[in-house]
Amino acid sequence: MTIDLKTVKHISKLARISLEEKKAEKLANDMNSIFEFIEKLNELKTENVEPLTSIAETTLRFREDKITSDNIREKILKNSPEKNDDFFVVPKVVE
Amino acid sequence: MTEITSLSLFELIKNIKEKNISSNEVAKSFIDRSEKSKKLNAYVTENFENCLKLSKEFDNKPNFDLKLPGIPIAVKDLFCTNEVRTTAGSNILNNFVPSYESTVTQNIWNEGGILLGKLNCDEFAMGSSNETSFFGNVQNPIAKDLVPGGSSGGSSSALAANLTPITIGTDTGGSIRQPASFTGTVGLKPTYGSCSRYGIVAFASSLDQAGPMSKDVKDSSILLEVISSFDKKDSTSIDFQRNNYSSELTRNIKGIKIGIPKEYRVDGMPGEIESLWKKGIEYAKDCGAEIIDISLPHTSYALPTYYIVAPAEASSNLARYDGVKYGLRSSGKSLIDMYEKTRSEGFGEEVKRRIMIGTYVLSSGYYDAYYLKAQKVRQLIKQDFDQAYNKVDAILTPSTPSSAFKIGEKSNDPVSMYLNDIFTVPVNLAGLPGISIPAGVDKNNYPLGLQIIGKPFDEQTVLNIAYSMEEKINYKNNITDWWME
Repeated sequence: MTIDLKTVKHISKLARISLEEKKAEKLANDMNSIFEFIEKLNELKTENVEPLTSIAETTLRFREDKITSDNIREKILKNSPEKNDDFFVVPKVVE
Repeated sequence: MTEITSLSLFELIKNIKEKNISSNEVAKSFIDRSEKSKKLNAYVTENFENCLKLSKEFDNKPNFDLKLPGIPIAVKDLFCTNEVRTTAGSNILNNFVPSYESTVTQNIWNEGGILLGKLNCDEFAMGSSNETSFFGNVQNPIAKDLVPGGSSGGSSSALAANLTPITIGTDTGGSIRQPASFTGTVGLKPTYGSCSRYGIVAFASSLDQAGPMSKDVKDSSILLEVISSFDKKDSTSIDFQRNNYSSELTRNIKGIKIGIPKEYRVDGMPGEIESLWKKGIEYAKDCGAEIIDISLPHTSYALPTYYIVAPAEASSNLARYDGVKYGLRSSGKSLIDMYEKTRSEGFGEEVKRRIMIGTYVLSSGYYDAYYLKAQKVRQLIKQDFDQAYNKVDAILTPSTPSSAFKIGEKSNDPVSMYLNDIFTVPVNLAGLPGISIPAGVDKNNYPLGLQIIGKPFDEQTVLNIAYSMEEKINYKNNITDWWME
């Protein structure tokens, strides 16, 4: 199997990473060599194997649904690239 | 007296408790040496002034009952530290100042540790040489232009160069053990669920685990005791009875059964790794251990499995970096355009590569062929270890298939870089504890490490075997301070 340029561009859209034409080609090459390496898994028959979804053999714990942090709004907003009073600002999304 | 910076953690604690030295003197010594060692590029952010202030506060009101009384410690820049910049080695977090503290670092401060600074690492811990960091390469104090390993490369470099008495790293596929091996130091990856992941910048959540890095095994046992804790803030933290690792540490490992997995004799492994391993087996026998040949048949499938599971989880974890709430933002015509430019400019090449692989293997139509398949093979790899542990108490392998390589030597070939983690990755996939201890040198006098892998939650046995073998091996780093003028 080979990953072509079109696929790379599609994946970069899904991953929300803009990609220059030149870089896309290099990335396609890298991905192909990595997938060639990954294809080794096809040697194994795994029809009857249960997938391992969690290494910790415990069920996830529940917690009470209550607020545990103090009022941290200002602290959180301090890291935002652009803010307006109590809000994060993003480029306009509604025309 | 020996220089303060070359003392082990254990010796430092003893001297502070006996009031031979003050916390402030210790802090000054490490800061002074760090100032003279900028060429190593081990630090991303220094916390020197604050460290001096806090060490004085400790000396004015000392509490010698603490486990790390007034000890300055630099940590990998993957741990969120309250009010201290945390970058994860990435441009996208270049200006990020957390408003909270990771549980592991909080545990250290609670026991009297004082933050010296934040140490360089591969971007989002994705790398084996520290070359993917936005903040530049880190030098290995062993020799010029040699990589310190990765991803905890700043940690291993700072530790080996005596810029910090101990440190903590994180290990997703070998990121503590491989850099420890490359720098002649000790690095322990605990059982998955031992140390809280809360406040650690996430890479691959089912594999990530924090652990101690130190100059000797005893120091790692002291630090593990501090950082291993059950934490409600981490949904996969495990509530088990933790040992008093340092006080239970013993060199008596008589009758312990150590397995030697034949599948770790990989093609193309240098002869010196093979002979190091043989020597290691002899050392283990000398310590009183019984050596048993075992088989871990799915070993060669571990790396391909890892390179599906880890990127898949990474692509999901790194989706949060969108330029909205924190971190870098690039300008764009629309919201989507802003996202795409931010992520393109904010992430480095290796991180983008892994996000792309992860996105691909999770995308519609490919999930079963890749991600589900990898989870099934991961089950087989774990079963290999389960079966081996019916016969043995621990497993001995080399830590890495080679010694440290030159900066730039492998950076153009991702697959050859990935092969570095061939002996460490299976341990993460199976969630087991593993330690790397220095065990010898290669023909260039570069350090080589041996890995001891244990049963889940049995860090004590791993530490005991390492402690016992360490005495027999009697390894000493030969560091010439070549980077100082």
